[in-house]
Amino acid sequence: MSKDYDILIIDDEQVIIDSVIKLCSTEGFSVDSSLDANEGLNKIAKNQYKLIICDIMLPEMDGFMFLDEIIPQNLDSPVIMTTGYSTVENAVKSLYTGAIDFLPKPFTVDELLSSVFRGLKYAEINKSLKSANLRKNDSSIIYVPCPAKYFRLGYGSWLYIEHDGSVLTGITDLLLRTVDSIDHIELANMDEEIVQGNACAQLVTTDSIVHNVLAPMTGRIIEINDHLLKDKQIVEKDPYFKGWFYRIIPSDLEYELKHLTPCSSDRI
Amino acid sequence: MFKKIGIKLISAVGTATIIIIFVFAYLNVQSQSKALFDEVERHVNQLSETVKNSTRYGMLLNERAHIHNIIQTIGNQPCINEVRVFNKEGEIIYSSDTTAIGHMVDKKTEACYACHAANKPLEKLEIDKRTRVYKLAPDSSRVLGIINPIYNEPSCWEAECHAHPSERTVLGVLDVTISIKAIDNQIASTKFKMLMFAIIAIILLSGTVWYFVRSLVDKPVNTLLQATKNVAAGNLSYTIKEHSNDELGMLARSFNNMTQKLSEARMQLFQSDKLASLGRLAAGVAHEINNPLTGILTYSSFLLKRTKGNSDLQSDLEVIVRETKRSREIVKGLLDFARQSVPKKNNANINEILNHAIGVVENQLAINNVKIVKNLDLKLPKVTIDANQIEQVFINLVVNANDAIGKNGGNINVSTTLLYVPPKGYMQIKRAACPKGHSLIDNEIKIDGLPSIKLKALSNGSSGIVNLDPIYGKSRHYFGIEYSKNKTLQLMCPHCDVSLIEKNNKCPKCASSVYSFEIPTQGEFVGCTNRDCGWQNWKMIELEGKKEFLEVKISDSGCGIPKENLYRIFEPFYSTKGQRGTGLGLAVIWGIIDNHNGTITVDSNIGEGTTFTIRIPATRSAS
Repeated sequence: MSKDYDILIIDDEQVIIDSVIKLCSTEGFSVDSSLDANEGLNKIAKNQYKLIICDIMLPEMDGFMFLDEIIPQNLDSPVIMTTGYSTVENAVKSLYTGAIDFLPKPFTVDELLSSVFRGLKYAEINKSLKSANLRKNDSSIIYVPCPAKYFRLGYGSWLYIEHDGSVLTGITDLLLRTVDSIDHIELANMDEEIVQGNACAQLVTTDSIVHNVLAPMTGRIIEINDHLLKDKQIVEKDPYFKGWFYRIIPSDLEYELKHLTPCSSDRI
Repeated sequence: MFKKIGIKLISAVGTATIIIIFVFAYLNVQSQSKALFDEVERHVNQLSETVKNSTRYGMLLNERAHIHNIIQTIGNQPCINEVRVFNKEGEIIYSSDTTAIGHMVDKKTEACYACHAANKPLEKLEIDKRTRVYKLAPDSSRVLGIINPIYNEPSCWEAECHAHPSERTVLGVLDVTISIKAIDNQIASTKFKMLMFAIIAIILLSGTVWYFVRSLVDKPVNTLLQATKNVAAGNLSYTIKEHSNDELGMLARSFNNMTQKLSEARMQLFQSDKLASLGRLAAGVAHEINNPLTGILTYSSFLLKRTKGNSDLQSDLEVIVRETKRSREIVKGLLDFARQSVPKKNNANINEILNHAIGVVENQLAINNVKIVKNLDLKLPKVTIDANQIEQVFINLVVNANDAIGKNGGNINVSTTLLYVPPKGYMQIKRAACPKGHSLIDNEIKIDGLPSIKLKALSNGSSGIVNLDPIYGKSRHYFGIEYSKNKTLQLMCPHCDVSLIEKNNKCPKCASSVYSFEIPTQGEFVGCTNRDCGWQNWKMIELEGKKEFLEVKISDSGCGIPKENLYRIFEPFYSTKGQRGTGLGLAVIWGIIDNHNGTITVDSNIGEGTTFTIRIPATRSAS
């Protein structure tokens, strides 16, 4: 019998399942769980889930194999990857393979909920996009996709390679659509190094939830967008040009570019 | 025993010697005997002719008493056995032994055998067939007999007595026998002497071969064997100290070279290998620990959220959340270490970092009654380093120093200085080549612990080896040649003898001739051949100018590290602290300093203490 849930959590550790169920149910979400990926796939085939949270290190079928199974199915349910082996490689690979977010363990309530809220919102946008697409192949009615020469990490952050070799980074309109209106933005400092797949800025929304922005590329910050600090709305108005975050000197542009999705591919 | 190379060589040479000397002795004795015998034969022949001639006149006149007399006189000489004359029928007419006169001679005896062997007697007898050697009795000494046929001649049948008819050819035989005991004795003594010579020669030769094999082959081979065993047992710092200039010496040198390279390679391998396994370990540990940490963090942060308003509970829960987050950072650090992440460099003041590090461990030091003596250069510039990593280095080194001092208390000296190092007296010449490309680096002769530059020198007709100081500008050269003041040297490559003297160049200081060699990828090196001048110029390095280094020294008054362990202390998992340490501390430090393009060296004396010296290039970012 088919049942509808908000969230499916796949993890081989009972304590993780328990805590996710506890935290999400207090927010009013219904949660189903599975201890391994095969069982998870069976459940997905039977039931409807708005969002899937999946561990990477699982017995038999691991999280990446699970992703490879589920992404071609083009389901409505987006996937958030989580793991105790929280390396940059795992984070970037998850996002490149099709997960919408990467949640390194151990996480706090806020970190989990931020990810879940965005995930559910993303699922909602995706759904309405699909119904819109039945008529017209244009997503711009719901959000502004990033410009063709840009690259993105997952769906949340973008980068643009300037002629002088420096790289501009920022966040996508889609990310903005998945969060509530922004109260303020916390940025990193000058000269600091941001690492691809790790948090490089925090969006604090009016409902006082903190959302991490993952850096699309590793590099040293050489310029910060001062306008952003003065006028937070600039990012909501023009996220791809005036609303940029950092200018960085990339440390290994060519290698890291392989894990990014060219935005031009979104428009075909 | 017979497997030993020395024994094998000695037996081979000994066998060859024995064969050669015996063949030589045999041929020598043979030829000597023959010569001696020929001489005697000639002598006897002559004697026989003399007897025949001296009795001839008497025979013609038939003066028997006179002939008797002559034969008697000759026969009485000491070495002559017997002189006889017998007629054709075999009757003894004259003899030195008077009792034998009138007896018949048996034609089968040795004396007659030469002619009467065939049934019909020979009438002519060749000179060399006239002699024969035989023994009268089996136990007596050998005698040499010579028969001399007396031929008929006209004077015999024309003589007055007409004793012989003219048809006869042979009238009788003169038989002289002499004893060759003396010659036999001489031959025997020669044989004995030769035998003695052969034995002594064999013994002497074997002895000499044994001695040289021992000193030239056995000893160096044994040293090499010993060294191989040592290296096989894991002691890669073992070097062969003494060696000759021959192939075995070269082998020893290459062996030393090889072990040195091996030890460096092993060091690298150890680092990477152990870090790789540590990486796997860290991954496992991180995964395992992060799951329970998630439980703690989610529930505690959830509780924190739910208990807003209960400030007592809130502050307690905040501690749990904060410390769990700290654990999360520690595990992340472990993962980062396993991946040997690139340092996150910022501009930082090394003194501040050092003070902070000391602050962290101060309580621990106070327990052991250990005092920190700081001697910091307050004018140090800010440099681009990863402050966290460098702090980790300092904390580790101070804690190690504290452990080395123990409970009796002591001092830890910490000093920082800015080294403003000119290339002279600091830059090391690591490679050098002659125009034909031969390497001039001598790993054998080290000057202040660094491989020197080996050149061949000619001065006043004698040649020798000169070892140049590898530190640019420091003239602690080693001269293996007589050297007179203010004289210049002819310098050349020790491998191919190509001259290193520059014809068109003179020393700008003393106008002596200059030598030059190439330092691959780092230009040309020029120096003065006058020892007392010492001028050197390394253009490419001079152009780069002075280099700045931050030097941090941390020394303790602790127990010290034995020399044989010094080279191992930077290896991962090498620990002397037993259960209390992981053996990773210094390996991590080594990795961090290496990632900062710096160097860390250690110097230690047992009972006096240990000093760690860190040098980091003082690079400053543009901003």
